[in-house]
Amino acid sequence: MTVIEVKNLAKRYGETVAVRDVSFSVEPGEIFGILGPNGAGKTTTVECIAGLRTPDSGTITVLGSPAGDPALRSRIGVQLQESELQEKITVREALELYSTFYPNPADWRALADDLGLTPKLKSRFGKLSGGQKQRLSIALALIGNPEIAILDELTTGLDPQARRETWELISGIRDRGVTLLLVTHFMEEAERLCDRIVVIDKGAVAALDTPAGLVERTGNEQRIRFRPSTPIGDELLTVLPEVREVHRHGSKIEVVGSGNLLHAVVSVLARNGIVAAELTLEQSTLDDAFVHLTGKE
Amino acid sequence: MSVFTKLTLTEFRLTLRDPLYAFFTLFFPILLVLILGNVPTMKEAPPELGGLRVIDLYAGLALGLAIGIIGLQGLPSVLATYRERGILRRLATTPARPAILLTAQLVMNLITVLISMVLVYTVAILVFDVPFPQNPALFLLAVLLNCAGAFSIGLLLAGIAPTGKTANAIGTFLFFPLMFFAGLWAPRELMPEILRRIGDFTPLAAGQDLMTDALLGQSPALLSITVLVGYLLICGAAAVKLFRWE
Repeated sequence: MTVIEVKNLAKRYGETVAVRDVSFSVEPGEIFGILGPNGAGKTTTVECIAGLRTPDSGTITVLGSPAGDPALRSRIGVQLQESELQEKITVREALELYSTFYPNPADWRALADDLGLTPKLKSRFGKLSGGQKQRLSIALALIGNPEIAILDELTTGLDPQARRETWELISGIRDRGVTLLLVTHFMEEAERLCDRIVVIDKGAVAALDTPAGLVERTGNEQRIRFRPSTPIGDELLTVLPEVREVHRHGSKIEVVGSGNLLHAVVSVLARNGIVAAELTLEQSTLDDAFVHLTGKE
Repeated sequence: MSVFTKLTLTEFRLTLRDPLYAFFTLFFPILLVLILGNVPTMKEAPPELGGLRVIDLYAGLALGLAIGIIGLQGLPSVLATYRERGILRRLATTPARPAILLTAQLVMNLITVLISMVLVYTVAILVFDVPFPQNPALFLLAVLLNCAGAFSIGLLLAGIAPTGKTANAIGTFLFFPLMFFAGLWAPRELMPEILRRIGDFTPLAAGQDLMTDALLGQSPALLSITVLVGYLLICGAAAVKLFRWE
């Protein structure tokens, strides 16, 4: 059964086209990432799925019902971008209050414990750190025991330590059997967490694949840099079928190619009694795939 | 506990955590009565006041002040801030609706006014012999209508002001002239005719007149009732129509 199905979604605000044509489906239990540059239409897409906005055209089915069906509100947990709480509400009050909204709420104490909020129960929202606010936000998205959790730009504005902690939590949420829809513009986050990713660019789907699949689309380009122990000619390397380009930067050589590039280069150097010093290998990442797909750095 | 009760109680607790707001809505009116009550001229009863002393009027004005602060400054800035901070949007994703938070705020503020009323009049009656309203039911109605006028303006402000800060600025800008017409600086009864006439059509002044009518046991001024119900209907409908949820 498909949990979320988006078909030919389109949405404009006045003259601005936010989403032109987006289709994808999300399977139960997966962490599904929506990736794209700023202004690509990611947030509009999830807002339509969450029922906060009505699409101009296209259909969205969530858990078998059309998006926006009021009955879905207790089955989806949403953490929105830049959505705060009352400055003076305590963590405990927020958790207690939000659990009264749902028919079958989770135990807020256990949830607070899972998210490391127990020591902060008496703290006011305004006094929490960015990471703590995000964790409370996740807790509120999960407090109704949802089948789907939508998390928009979860780690934006967090320091690297808090970001890594949040990633740990996300993996934990999946283990509860919740399907996760994750909006992000951090490649590392998407690569690490998501089972599948849809890349949205200029309001349309640029690609939909696993993180590894997306990387493969770039041709799996690799770059090796090293300093040879004795000078060598380019032809020694360019004859290798794996090598595409050879560049020189002072005494350093850079080899660009694909396939089993490292093995091929190191073997030929060894056969000629040359030692490669300061050797580094760079492989394509989701970053490269993203630039390749969207033409944006 | 129902969602609404829980939300109202939470909002009430949050409001009390703002010391300045709690001071101006609950204690400042009492303080005003206590200070003015000790000014000798306040005990005088000019013939224009129909038998009332100046202090008798100022008890009502102190309560009107609380209503003005709550309705024109507190309510709009809190609600506009809730929108600005995405609190209304977050509620929109839950089974609770954002409108329930607005209603909770209105009810919570109404309760605050009623508490302020009890406090102000307890002090005024016990300390300064201010008469108990001859028509208590009308007096309560007058207070409620006074709130209806000020709160509906506040709600409209909250609905259209872009930020909490703007809402507060516009509210403050309205607060002073409206309090002036209500008679905070000089009782309406002692104002020149033209100022009184203008005042008749302003909400806090109309509410003040009704409270005075109830105090004296007079039949209520129809104009005042019409004016307040008018504000409630027009501003209320405009607020419902124009309220921006995000």
